[in-house]
Amino acid sequence: MKLHNISLNNLRRRKAKMAFLTIGLVVGIATIVTLVTLTKSMSGDIERKMDEFGANILVTPQQNGLAMTYGGINLGGVSFDQHEILESDLALIGSIKNSKNISTVAPKVLGSVQVAGRQVLLVGVLFDKELKLKQWWKLFGEAPKAADELLLGSDAARVLNVMTGDSLDIKGERFKVTGILDQTGSQDDALVFAQLGVAQRLLNKQGRINLVEVAALCSGCPIGDMVLQIAEKLPGAKVSAIQQVVEGRLKALDQFRRFSYAMAGVVVFIGSLIVFVTMMGSVNERTTEIGVFRAIGFRKSHIMRIILLEAGLVGVLAGLLGYGAGMGGAKIALPFMADGKQLLLVWDGLVAFGSLGLSVALALLASLYPALHASKMDPTEALRAL
Amino acid sequence: MSLIEVRDLTKSYASGDETVDALRGIDLSIDQGEFLTIMGQSGSGKSTLLSILGGLSRPSQGTVKMEGVDLYALPGEKLADFRSQKLGFVFQSFNLIPYLTALENVMLPLAISSVKNKEKQAAAGDALGRVGLGAKADRLPNQLSGGEQERVAIARAIVNRPHLLFADEPTGNLDSKTSTEMMQLFRSLNQAGQTVVMVTHNPENCDYSDRTVQLRDGLVVV
Repeated sequence: MKLHNISLNNLRRRKAKMAFLTIGLVVGIATIVTLVTLTKSMSGDIERKMDEFGANILVTPQQNGLAMTYGGINLGGVSFDQHEILESDLALIGSIKNSKNISTVAPKVLGSVQVAGRQVLLVGVLFDKELKLKQWWKLFGEAPKAADELLLGSDAARVLNVMTGDSLDIKGERFKVTGILDQTGSQDDALVFAQLGVAQRLLNKQGRINLVEVAALCSGCPIGDMVLQIAEKLPGAKVSAIQQVVEGRLKALDQFRRFSYAMAGVVVFIGSLIVFVTMMGSVNERTTEIGVFRAIGFRKSHIMRIILLEAGLVGVLAGLLGYGAGMGGAKIALPFMADGKQLLLVWDGLVAFGSLGLSVALALLASLYPALHASKMDPTEALRAL
Repeated sequence: MSLIEVRDLTKSYASGDETVDALRGIDLSIDQGEFLTIMGQSGSGKSTLLSILGGLSRPSQGTVKMEGVDLYALPGEKLADFRSQKLGFVFQSFNLIPYLTALENVMLPLAISSVKNKEKQAAAGDALGRVGLGAKADRLPNQLSGGEQERVAIARAIVNRPHLLFADEPTGNLDSKTSTEMMQLFRSLNQAGQTVVMVTHNPENCDYSDRTVQLRDGLVVV
């Protein structure tokens, strides 16, 4: 018979009370594990979706001038010595150190063309890349697939007075309008989009491009590093991060994380309160027992060890059960929280050991005062009979 | 030879605005091997005296010396150690630990000693044998009768071979037949050399003791 036998026997033979205490802690730990796991699983997915939503790096040719455009208002500008990027150099972007963080590379060629007696800006794009990048685009009709198909911005379609299915002539070639963009409020509204190769031919810019928009995944890589890496590969190009987009995304993610951790904090507090109240109740219930321990010569430290050992063992059990239940809960909840089919449950060792450690720490901390209270009990008052 | 020397013992409690003097200057000596009963009506201060003699409650004034050691001058937790090594207690309600078997309850005072577990079990088994309950060592308290629970409580009090055994109204919750058996058990323990101090309100129990001290209003009257 050692002190731990007293704790173990109490736990074993007072199953209902210990089950209540354990369940209180299990609920707390399980909620934390579920929240943290969901946050981890979802933040990766949200991050990926946000990064795919529009470009955050812009690659343009170096030019010795300043653009005089703001909010779609163009006042002209002074530029000279205009360069272009070679299409063959685009492959270099894929060879940077953080290439795995590149989600989409969308090259564009721009040029003015005469359509139905009006000057319009023709933009050559790779439609699969462009549609992935601009997920907010709403199309009436379909995206062009063949070389002789066009997509028009809403203003361009209105000015040129065309609808989906109509035809337009550009430089003597006939094109079919397969899709028209819903109003975006951006410069896209005034553009005519064609396949990249076709636009290069029409604009006489074969193998050259004017602009590359890159969607980079911010996760695990500062966007600034990627900008430098691309600039190293393309010395003739100007590479810049769209700070507004990058910062906005980081802030949104940060807020999401903060919300999750605040929720976890509230649950931790409630869990601690449950343990504290239950342990305090248990100590008060065992007043006579503690009086007997003191009367037969147990020191205050012995009483504390008995109570804290019980709490620690409950903490270990609750930590294991809570982790299992929490991961189970996260697995069930995850499909309802996000529509991404490839969304995977994140199994994190830190969460596993963290939840176990937290459970034990919570149980011990919440039992510290009850244990101190028990150890300070006056044996005669505790026994009452004396 | 005196085992315990009590000098000028007083104990006062605050009860609301008033002060209650539970003990008002007690002088008492208890000899080695003596069986002493402390008699008195309810409120006479007998249980208070027992708790002070047993090192459980600090007196307001006076000294309690056991084997020359002033109990309440012991520093820190030394008094708890003293209780563990030298004293045994039997309580009126037995106060067995409900989730421990009879054997485990008897082993309880040894839980904090460095003795090997086998020796603890042997000592507890021996103590249970001395009170005639060796066959029910594995029973939980709620599986034992009142008399059997009392026997377990006595075995727990004597397992570490205390110099002094205190009993507070040990027959208070028992029928007359079982009470007689218990008193015979205390007597046999005393005859084997155990010093016993018992608080009781039953005059018949005094027949088993060597000496009886009568308390009234916190004073020794006989």
